[in-house]
Amino acid sequence: MSTTAVKIRAPIDWTGIVFAVVLTLVIVAPLLVVGTWAFTNVWRFPSVIPQEFGLKFWYQTLARADVWSSITMSLTLATTVTVLSAVICLPAAYAFARLDFPGRDILFFSFLAGHAFPKFGLLVAIAGIFLQLNLIGTFWGVVLIQLVGTLLFMIWIPVAAFQSVDRKMEEAARDVGASPFRVFWSITLPQAGPTIAAAILLSFVGTFYETEGAWLIGAPQVRTLPVLMISFINNQPVIQYGAVLSVLLWVPSFIALLFARRVVNSGSFAKGFGA
Amino acid sequence: MSVLTIKDVTKLFPGGTKAVDSFSLEVADGELVCLLGPSGSGKSTLLRMVGGFETPTSGLIAIDGEDITRTPPEKRPTGMVFQSHALWTHMDVAKNLAFGLKLRRLPADEIKRRVEAVLELVGLGGYGSRRVTQLSGGQQQRVALARSLVLEPKILLLDEPFASLDQHLRERLREEVRDIQQRVGITTLFVTHGQDEALSMADRIVVMRDGRTEQIDRPDVVYRNPQTPFVAGFIGTMNLIEGTVSNGQFTRAGFSHRLAIGDGPATLAVRPEALDIVPAEPGAGKVHRVTDYGTHGLVDFDLPDGKRLKAMVNQPGQFQHGQGVNLMPRAVAAYRDDVQVFRSAP
Ligand SMILES: Nc1ncnc2c1ncn2[C@@H]1O[C@H](COP(=O)(O)OP(=O)(O)OP(=O)(O)O)[C@@H](O)[C@H]1O
Ligand SMILES: [Mg+2]
Repeated sequence: MSTTAVKIRAPIDWTGIVFAVVLTLVIVAPLLVVGTWAFTNVWRFPSVIPQEFGLKFWYQTLARADVWSSITMSLTLATTVTVLSAVICLPAAYAFARLDFPGRDILFFSFLAGHAFPKFGLLVAIAGIFLQLNLIGTFWGVVLIQLVGTLLFMIWIPVAAFQSVDRKMEEAARDVGASPFRVFWSITLPQAGPTIAAAILLSFVGTFYETEGAWLIGAPQVRTLPVLMISFINNQPVIQYGAVLSVLLWVPSFIALLFARRVVNSGSFAKGFGA
Repeated sequence: MSVLTIKDVTKLFPGGTKAVDSFSLEVADGELVCLLGPSGSGKSTLLRMVGGFETPTSGLIAIDGEDITRTPPEKRPTGMVFQSHALWTHMDVAKNLAFGLKLRRLPADEIKRRVEAVLELVGLGGYGSRRVTQLSGGQQQRVALARSLVLEPKILLLDEPFASLDQHLRERLREEVRDIQQRVGITTLFVTHGQDEALSMADRIVVMRDGRTEQIDRPDVVYRNPQTPFVAGFIGTMNLIEGTVSNGQFTRAGFSHRLAIGDGPATLAVRPEALDIVPAEPGAGKVHRVTDYGTHGLVDFDLPDGKRLKAMVNQPGQFQHGQGVNLMPRAVAAYRDDVQVFRSAP
């Protein structure tokens, strides 16, 4: 049986190869260029490879006070927004998933509706309101605007996750003596856990990278790392500043990716979507 | 010592479905009562009201005389086993069993002892550290049973616990559960729509239809003496022949039988094993199919108006398709307006 199987050779999958090559070019090539720039001291046209590699611009970038304050700002913002979002959205998601109340569907859609419109238009409208409320240029103003941006992840995904938890499991827990709160804590949350962790991660990373809202509402007082990077790219003739910052910005998304892989592999992520 | 009392319980769902309609039942201490009925007859709804997962629209549910009609499930001395086992997949077997004990704040060594004991009881000694998902369907259902038993509830509730298992396993678990139930002596309410299950396990059977009781009796009585044509048709195989009676004679399409009841329409009920047939030409019926089971045979035959009947015979070789037969019921019951009006002496 196995001896005959060895002789059969898989046909070469040209579509797959073309696909892989194109993907590599589109995704990896720009990353490679930016990555190279970040570790380049001198790179003059028309040379294909830099004349001088080095960490000169890392020292210069990291020596700047505005870089450090923006990193702190970004981390504080992303943490604050994510925690607030979890505290507000998870119970709401549970209510959407398990309770039936009047206006449930309309309310659910209003949470998601913000993402159905062109985002910038919406932001400008909100900025107008914030101006009246004196929230422009404040930390909490940015928190508020970014909170809106997390609603999609933090409502939709957890609702799906909670809905996919078998009601009979919850009932069985009530049956052996658990209060409704205890059931949520010991049964529902762990069952939906991996999916919800993914949602929290997505909203943290999403907030960390969020630029338009932070720029429109926060600038110039509140400067996040992406906002700083944009101003570097716009105002500095030196490419390396931007390149170093974008390499720095990869770190959280890379960590997020590692986590996400574990969650996705465990299969509960797909389950959260009712698969 | 636990008695379950259900009195005049009605459940009206929003939308107008009357799932349970003025239902009353008393389950004695240590008794196993089966709720049997077709799909949608309200069995699960009734069981869920006893467990506390639905609230009756009216009526009373009590355990040992204590009214629990509106007590939440976590405060009831009931233990429920669900059809889909509903084990908590993020915990191992021992944690599943220990969860309820921990909520009761029992000391750790006591919990350990009871978990091990109950695992022995359901024949899963040493399986404590297994993941729930690593167990077979039958083992999962045993763990679910153990999870309820370990808390020593006063009333055990089972909602079609074997429905998702194959025939073989179902029969084995049926015996095991009955065994355990009798050994522990726990008062039990068991939902099924399989008549074999009810007949083989129950001390008493409640036949339900549209949320109401059709008959409550011992299994053998329900089988031998069904009180309504519905029960007659639902339990075992039964020939139900609608016809008319005049002058003490029941007739239907050329077939007639002496029946000492007043004139009018009636339904005659006769089991295949109580219906003798003999070859006769032209005969009252024509043979449609003969099935030989080795020990006995089953003959399907039609009355002239197309009514199909079944008779059990000892020598199926005597009969063949198209042949005429005469029929001679040995034991019959008769119903009029859903009520038994006649039964031949057993
Ligand atoms: N939550 C509910 N809301 C509305 N109607 C319901 C609800 N639960 C059950 N019903 C209705 O009540 C009736 C009885 O349902 P129930 O589940 O008790 O039947 P059952 O005898 O257990 O049937 P099965 O053998 O299929 O499990 C059905 O008509 C069903 O549609
Ligand atoms: Mg049911």
